[in-house]
Amino acid sequence: MTEYHLTTPISEEDARKLKVGDIVYVSGEHVYTARDEAHQRALELFEKGERPPVDFEGSVVYHVGPVAWQKNGKWQIVSAGPTTSIRMELFEDEFLRKYKARIIIGKGGMGSKTLAALKEVGAVYCSFTGGCGALAAKGLKEVRAYEWQDLGMPEALWVITAENFGPLLVTMDSHGNSLHDEMDKKVAARKAEVYAKIGVQV
Amino acid sequence: MKDPAQVIQDTTVRLLRKAATVLPADVEKALRAAYERETNATAKTQLEAIVKNIGIAREGIPMCQDTGIMIFYVKVGEKFPFMGMIRDALTKAVVQATAEIPLRPNAVNPIVGGNSGDNTGKKIPWINWEIVPGDSLEITAFPKGGGSENVSIVGMLKPGVGLTGVKKLVVDNALSYMGKACAPNIIGVGIGGGADIAIKIAKQQLLRPLDDHHPEPEVAEIEKEIFEAINATGIGPMGLGGDTTVLAVKVDYAMRHPASLPVGVAVQCWAARRSTAIITKDLSVQYVTHPVEEK
Ligand code: SF4
Repeated sequence: MTEYHLTTPISEEDARKLKVGDIVYVSGEHVYTARDEAHQRALELFEKGERPPVDFEGSVVYHVGPVAWQKNGKWQIVSAGPTTSIRMELFEDEFLRKYKARIIIGKGGMGSKTLAALKEVGAVYCSFTGGCGALAAKGLKEVRAYEWQDLGMPEALWVITAENFGPLLVTMDSHGNSLHDEMDKKVAARKAEVYAKIGVQV
Repeated sequence: MKDPAQVIQDTTVRLLRKAATVLPADVEKALRAAYERETNATAKTQLEAIVKNIGIAREGIPMCQDTGIMIFYVKVGEKFPFMGMIRDALTKAVVQATAEIPLRPNAVNPIVGGNSGDNTGKKIPWINWEIVPGDSLEITAFPKGGGSENVSIVGMLKPGVGLTGVKKLVVDNALSYMGKACAPNIIGVGIGGGADIAIKIAKQQLLRPLDDHHPEPEVAEIEKEIFEAINATGIGPMGLGGDTTVLAVKVDYAMRHPASLPVGVAVQCWAARRSTAIITKDLSVQYVTHPVEEK
């Protein structure tokens, strides 16, 4: 369990150093929010040979639909805990291959397609503690742009400068390890003991 | 004379603000205790983040970006003089709180689509009414997040499976969602009545203080057994492993039909937001869960 403080853009080499169980804090200008629709749009643009408004290479992509408001004409993130990542399993592997983001953040973990892409591209998936919207907002210091507004506040692409955003727990790494898969096995192994406590025989 | 509708509305705005930003003392205490107790290093990082988050939110920031769908539990005294004003005042309070705190607009039309933008709409806020003796009004704001609601269930069991079957249903449900409902969770269980009654009882259990026990020892025993079984899974905070998967399990029941054994399981995430106030017939207000600090 090593603690890293990384600044974006993050290199492939740095991403490959991260292992399941490590803690990461991220700072820098390449921090973007993206949910289902932003992933889809980014992939469509790539197909058409067009470029998205930001450079995803070396970036941190956060699965979140933030609560934000405008104060004195400037957007601010108010609360921004992670959303359930598995919905993005449909696009994440392609997204990683095409755009080479290095850290994907969300909650609940992702599936085998994403795990394979992380290995291939050299990237990790981090879990940010679910519901901790106020803590996240502290690390998401500045909104530099609010792109793809037509998708609505939660689905839009928020362009953010982060300062010590974390703790991010690496739960899927580029070496084929997934804490989520490991947990499934661990819990399954305890099932008989759990059932015994409520008088159920297996 | 104060305007009763305005008093109810103002009180409710404060309830919604406090609910969104400050956990009830018993929930915060339980989360801190879980953090102190935890032996798993990963789990400790998750609980530490939650405890930090609670501290930041207290300054007036919604603790979670999902500020929930608007639900109230209202106990109105049969002699409370302003009964007819309550629904309208609560609805206006929701609109006001949504803009001021701010809350995330979470009221979506399931038929034609579209978000109302102010957390109100058909049947929302949902009000659970109870008429009680007396002349005052008790309002509990209970905004409920989507993540934990999505894993709440009703099981229509065969009576032959007995109480063991009931416990198994609750434990199997916890095993299937594996902490994805932002564990540590609080689980409410309602047994009997009917499908609607069982889940209603289950959800009401989420209003109980975390450290109480059911007054009937047989029911308290069921609470304890399920609590210990789910914590033995090792699912842990956020399903990433650890000692604390549930902070509490609360069970209650109604008589059942001979042919059915309905069981409702209501799941609450760690952001167990609730805030209660009592308004007397003279319009004096007492905040129960979030008292006004004396200066
Ligand atoms: S389950 Fe609860 S804590 Fe988690 S995101 Fe939803 S409302 Fe927030």
